Amino acid sequence: MITPRSWLPTPVLSLLLLGVWLLLARSYAPGQIVLGGILAIIIPLVTYQFWDTTLRIKKPWVLLRFILRVLKDIVVANFEVACLVANPWRRLTPHFIEYPLMLEERFTITLLASTISLTPGTVSANLRLDGQSLLIHALNVDDEEELIRQIRERYERPLKEIYEC
Amino acid sequence: MSIFVEALISLMLITGGVFVFIGSLGMAHLRDFYMRLHGPTKATTLGIGCMLIASMGYFWSVDGHIDIQELLITLFLFITAPVSAHLLAKTGLHLRLKHTQKTQGKPIELRSEEVGDKPVPHPDKGHG
Repeated sequence: MITPRSWLPTPVLSLLLLGVWLLLARSYAPGQIVLGGILAIIIPLVTYQFWDTTLRIKKPWVLLRFILRVLKDIVVANFEVACLVANPWRRLTPHFIEYPLMLEERFTITLLASTISLTPGTVSANLRLDGQSLLIHALNVDDEEELIRQIRERYERPLKEIYEC
Repeated sequence: MSIFVEALISLMLITGGVFVFIGSLGMAHLRDFYMRLHGPTKATTLGIGCMLIASMGYFWSVDGHIDIQELLITLFLFITAPVSAHLLAKTGLHLRLKHTQKTQGKPIELRSEEVGDKPVPHPDKGHG
């Protein structure tokens, strides 16, 4: 029996694909919508087996707030890092930090690592094989504990809330 | 196009240019591989963002309708930039690239003898 779940396993991804297709094609003609719709159904079906888990977004509003917060952080922190880099009298103290992970799913860990890399001043450098901690390189840190606490409160908890709870 | 819109677009372009420049400056001047990695991957997100906003604003004021295609560039940038940064850092660790002595914290990948106290030169120096 064909149920909506069997031919449309990931509705959110399909919608995203359709949106990206329409933007790429730069037209909203019916033909493009049909073509985009067909692609949006076929691509998830073909690639579905490669993903180990599909997670459901449990709290879209928290996700929206998370995205806005990350965007704001990118802007603010970019100014800070630009000042650090451009200042000729800078005294940078780079850090390698082991960040103990609270998240369990690989997808959410990927999201967290990407967020860490996108916000200036920190790059995620390595995920330990056991998935228990993430190695982070930070450009300038005075207090290691403070950074870990900040990442935990600002990014990891919302992600946990959105996907894993 | 009114002078106000023009000024706003110019401001965005200049801000974007400054951020991208500082990112490149970081890549050229910071002291080791891991620090240099920060410049191009981060300062550019905001720099490119500003330029794309300027581009959207310009075509909006010229064509009259807003074109959100630029958002796609931002989306792809946000997906690819962290992945490439992560892979570069991971490769750096794997090849045991030197890091400056000031670096706090010891990842198990890097042993103590890989610490250089002088600025670590770009690998391609002396070839050209």
